[in-house]
Amino acid sequence: MTMPAPVSTLTPTPDAKAPESPKTAFADLWRPALLQAFVKLDPRQLKRSPVMLVVELTAIFTTILCVMPEPAVPTGVAVQIALWLWFTVLFANFAEALAEGRGKARADSLKAGSVGLSARRRTSTGGYEIVPATRLRKGDVVRVEAGEMIPGDGEVIEGIAAVNEAAITGESAPVIRESGGDRSAVTGNTRLVSDWLVVRISANPGESTLDRMIALVEGAKRQKTPNEVALDILLIGLTLIFLIVVVTLQPFAYYAAGSLPMVFLVALLVTLIPTTIGGLLSAIGIAGMDRLVRLNVIAKSGRAVEAAGDVHVLMLDKTGTITFGNRRCTALYASPGVTAKELAEGALLASLADETAEGKSIVEFIRAAQTLPEPPASDFNAVPFTAETRLSGIDFNGRVYRKGAVDSVLAFVGLKRSEVLPALSREIDKIAQSGGTPLLVCAQGRLLGAIHLKDVVKPGIRERFAELRKLGIRTVMVTGDNPLTAAAIAAEAGVDDVLAEATPEKKLARIRHEQNDGRLVAMCGDGANDAPALAQADVGMAMNDGTQAAREAANMVDLDSDPTKLLDVVQIGKELLVTRGALTTFSIANDVAKYFAILPALFASVYPQLGVLNVMHLNSPQSAILSAIVFNALIIVVLIPLALRGVRVQAASAAHLLRRNLLIYGVGGLVVPFIGIKLIDMLLTALHLV
Amino acid sequence: MHSYDYALILAFFVLVLLPAPWLGRFYYKVMEGQRTWLTPVLGPVEKLCYRVAGVDPSSEQSWQKYTLALLAFNLAGFVILFAILLFQQYLPLNPQQLPGQEWTLAFNTAVSFVTNTNWQSYSGEASLSDFSQMAGLTVQNFVSAATGLAVLVALCRGIGRRSAQTLGNFWADMTRATLYGLLPLCLVLALFLVWQGVPQTFAHYVNAVTMQGVDQVIPLGPAASQIAIKQLGTNGGGFFGVNSAHPFENPSAWSNLFELASIILIPVALVFTFGHYVKDLRQSRAIIACMLALFLIGGGTALYAEYQPNPALNSPLVQHTAPLEGKETRFGTTGTVLWAETTTAASNGSVNGMHDSLNPMSGMVALVNMMVGEVIFGGVGAGLYGMLLNVLIAVFLAGLMIGRTPEYLGKKLQAKEVQLLVVTLLVMPVGVLVLAAIASVLPSAVAAVSNPGPHGFSQILYAFTSASANNGSAFGGLSANTPFYNLMLSLGMLLGRFGYILPVLALAGSLAMKKTAPIGQNTFPTHGPLFVALLTVTILLVGGLTFLPTLALGPIAEQLTLGF
Repeated sequence: MTMPAPVSTLTPTPDAKAPESPKTAFADLWRPALLQAFVKLDPRQLKRSPVMLVVELTAIFTTILCVMPEPAVPTGVAVQIALWLWFTVLFANFAEALAEGRGKARADSLKAGSVGLSARRRTSTGGYEIVPATRLRKGDVVRVEAGEMIPGDGEVIEGIAAVNEAAITGESAPVIRESGGDRSAVTGNTRLVSDWLVVRISANPGESTLDRMIALVEGAKRQKTPNEVALDILLIGLTLIFLIVVVTLQPFAYYAAGSLPMVFLVALLVTLIPTTIGGLLSAIGIAGMDRLVRLNVIAKSGRAVEAAGDVHVLMLDKTGTITFGNRRCTALYASPGVTAKELAEGALLASLADETAEGKSIVEFIRAAQTLPEPPASDFNAVPFTAETRLSGIDFNGRVYRKGAVDSVLAFVGLKRSEVLPALSREIDKIAQSGGTPLLVCAQGRLLGAIHLKDVVKPGIRERFAELRKLGIRTVMVTGDNPLTAAAIAAEAGVDDVLAEATPEKKLARIRHEQNDGRLVAMCGDGANDAPALAQADVGMAMNDGTQAAREAANMVDLDSDPTKLLDVVQIGKELLVTRGALTTFSIANDVAKYFAILPALFASVYPQLGVLNVMHLNSPQSAILSAIVFNALIIVVLIPLALRGVRVQAASAAHLLRRNLLIYGVGGLVVPFIGIKLIDMLLTALHLV
Repeated sequence: MHSYDYALILAFFVLVLLPAPWLGRFYYKVMEGQRTWLTPVLGPVEKLCYRVAGVDPSSEQSWQKYTLALLAFNLAGFVILFAILLFQQYLPLNPQQLPGQEWTLAFNTAVSFVTNTNWQSYSGEASLSDFSQMAGLTVQNFVSAATGLAVLVALCRGIGRRSAQTLGNFWADMTRATLYGLLPLCLVLALFLVWQGVPQTFAHYVNAVTMQGVDQVIPLGPAASQIAIKQLGTNGGGFFGVNSAHPFENPSAWSNLFELASIILIPVALVFTFGHYVKDLRQSRAIIACMLALFLIGGGTALYAEYQPNPALNSPLVQHTAPLEGKETRFGTTGTVLWAETTTAASNGSVNGMHDSLNPMSGMVALVNMMVGEVIFGGVGAGLYGMLLNVLIAVFLAGLMIGRTPEYLGKKLQAKEVQLLVVTLLVMPVGVLVLAAIASVLPSAVAAVSNPGPHGFSQILYAFTSASANNGSAFGGLSANTPFYNLMLSLGMLLGRFGYILPVLALAGSLAMKKTAPIGQNTFPTHGPLFVALLTVTILLVGGLTFLPTLALGPIAEQLTLGF
């Protein structure tokens, strides 16, 4: 899927904003990764990827065989095979280490801040004691003063303060955190820049946002995702089958009064078992999570990310996700007999003192269209909005300028709705029907005209929904607006369905309804009343600046509090699955060519006639087997970039995606090794290595 | 090939493909207890069966209970058959006073018929009484086929139902499968065969003096009834030792055509039954297309190979025709090859010629048909559930590539399903490769082989493949009636039968419990040419990668050694 504007968030821009930019360039990573590749040879670590464990065991076995030479295999060839088997394991380890390195670099830079952090914990008597942050437990209450770091994730129970969350979000502007309401959650390792807070800690050590972030990108601790577990089982199954195939070959050869060289049998086993995917599986998973982390989204488990790839329905809040947060002025309609300039002047003056976003949008709209004289604030008397008048405006030069909702202004000028001139009345109705909000402007008791306020749909969002639709994902817009208004915005944004006049209960019911029909639902939310829906949804993404309740109910937290990111998460989930599937298919398809390389070589002593199967015309049995092994090892290296970057998922139907990927990775997997093995064979022969 | 060869092939396809959609719907209605045109006749019998057995057909079973009932029923069937074979001299209807079978042979035969394999290490007319044939073997011919059908419908229900705890009632499924699914068709075929000249009698064997003046005993018996079910139930165990090459078992061109078509009549129809269960006949058409493609690839290869003359006879003095050695001259090369292809594609195993005499490549086609797990139409029920396993494997392998957790017809394939699939994937490698490897190194087992070199290896390979695939056809040439082969092949047969049935039922239970995701644009398409191609390649790839080295040492080496 080629995402428009927001795609740029996929590139690591947040890193650039972070206080100390983690080193994630290949140049910084390859050295430690190389070292890690050797460390990971430890079988205890390797047992997490059973296929590679088998390769390591065969490498050890072949190394031993090197000192017990068989007549059919020159020692030089046996040594080379053993070496390339070790390389196979090392290459796979290197891929994993490289993937880990990027995530770890980021995690380390975050972790650095938390070392030696201490906290002021409230004791049972009501006093405070200083304890190391690592000793804080869920439920502890701490007090944080200006200039101090918040020692852990938690909820503000007293106070109001500005917090700099740059360490986590990369956003340098401080945000306000206060008790009660929807801005009560704080994150560990962020700095208080003003006032004080009393915070109830909500996570035990090891369970904080930061810890989760680190756990997702560390190979040894990472929990495998459900599809990864399923794929692992299949790979183990295939390995077992090929083990049976290879082990039984010796008795069969014995029947034919022949004997097969052990080293060659080992080579056959390693080339047949799915080493390509087996070696890269872990790296794919880690790299996928790292992409998420770079998006500044923290998933509580890999499971949720995979589920994001599976979702059928996205429930998106209108405000903030589909439209900009506030209504904006988009047009002015003058009453008959009023000039456009008069109306603009009136509307501008009536809005000058209005500090609301809507008021400002009116001023901006008029300023952009024409230059009108604006009196300085000292010259006029601002009349703010009150609950009684429901109007705002200014008194200037003894003239009264007001604007407000239709009914309020009509009441102010003493008109009935039926007495409004038909031309203006029609415009008012039109605005309301189109989903907008009409405001009226009056000056000196005279109706000047109407202002069209409307929700402005974010640019590019419509195209994005169209892409999602191609992938078979439906979007549902959730809004508190009435159905009429909601339908108008929905049509403009191109969503598939609308949940109007939404309440938390309605949201929850809608999610349950979709799930009962077998659909997976993703949503984002921030308020405390979103928590049940977030918990019910298959993928719930909470905003970091939301409530602690929402953050706990959700299975993902977006540190930037940008609900549109849900779309990126879906994308990453899909890429993760496609990459695994593509490399699995490629890996299995490769076996065909390897058979044609190895079988004639293997059976050369038993049935030389089988030489006809040597369709690649490889130079000798030794060179054929060595070429297959070398290809098998090198293909892992070649595919590392793909594993780390992930296979792109275009916006297209499942049938289209399947056809395309089968062609590239299935047919490609059949053809590439024929060419690769032949080239390697030519090279090995030219270098006289066999 | 002559025009009548083409006519035979055409008639065969018309006979099996035309009635399939109708027959498939009939099986669906029958297995779901709906009313069919046979209900007025068989309904009361069905009710009587339930009353006598004390079964409530509407009380459904969980997959565990269903499996237990199936195992108990099969075990009981095995014990009874084993006893009949051991003690037939004490039982009635034994005009030739034949003694009981040796215990390993009786064990092998009982396992063979309970597992729907019908591997025969004995010759029917020389060692079995009419009672053993009728009350022993024919009964198992019916119920083993019905068992396959029951497992299939359990799997169909598992896929078709949403958030369900039960898979149906095993006893009701067995009753309906036997009563409506098998008996009426068998009755029709048996009468047809009797008309064509197959004996159906309790009379003693006939003594005759041949024109050379030699005394000959001509065996008779209730053959037609058993032949009907051995063809329709994909059993394949002949009444007579040489199976449908015997003139009393297959007397005419008509009997040959109808016996041939009967082999895959029900397996083809059941693919449509599946479509009714999942309410999407496009799935059926895709699966049929894949089976047909594999059938035609195999059949075409075998026909081509069998029409190649043996290079050893390459001399101007020899008139070159297709080799006829080992073939039933009444049916010719095409008739024999088409039967060989059909009987190994379906897990029937009856023969009208000797596979040992096939050219290496045609012999390999027979082997490959079985090695892919008997899924090219396959056995009654067993073929399709085996094929559905392949469908699930294909969906899992390629399904990730559309960026979703793999789903088949709305059912997610997760770790548990993959685990069960892997278990079934291991059945053939273990049953064929491991058991054949043991036989290959034991001098006593190797001594049973009649030819040296790769052909002898093919004989061992074929025996274990046939047993593990529950096919039952014999390559011939292997003296398999030894305690070693009787027991090892029994092991292969049990593995090949229950190594699939148990995971399949567990899979059915697990799938039934899942929610069904709605089918939409983002659903992995499991119909249409792309999926058919994917499925076909998956089957060939999984089978090929497992067995290519072994085949290289058997038929491929033989082909190259003979200089074809």
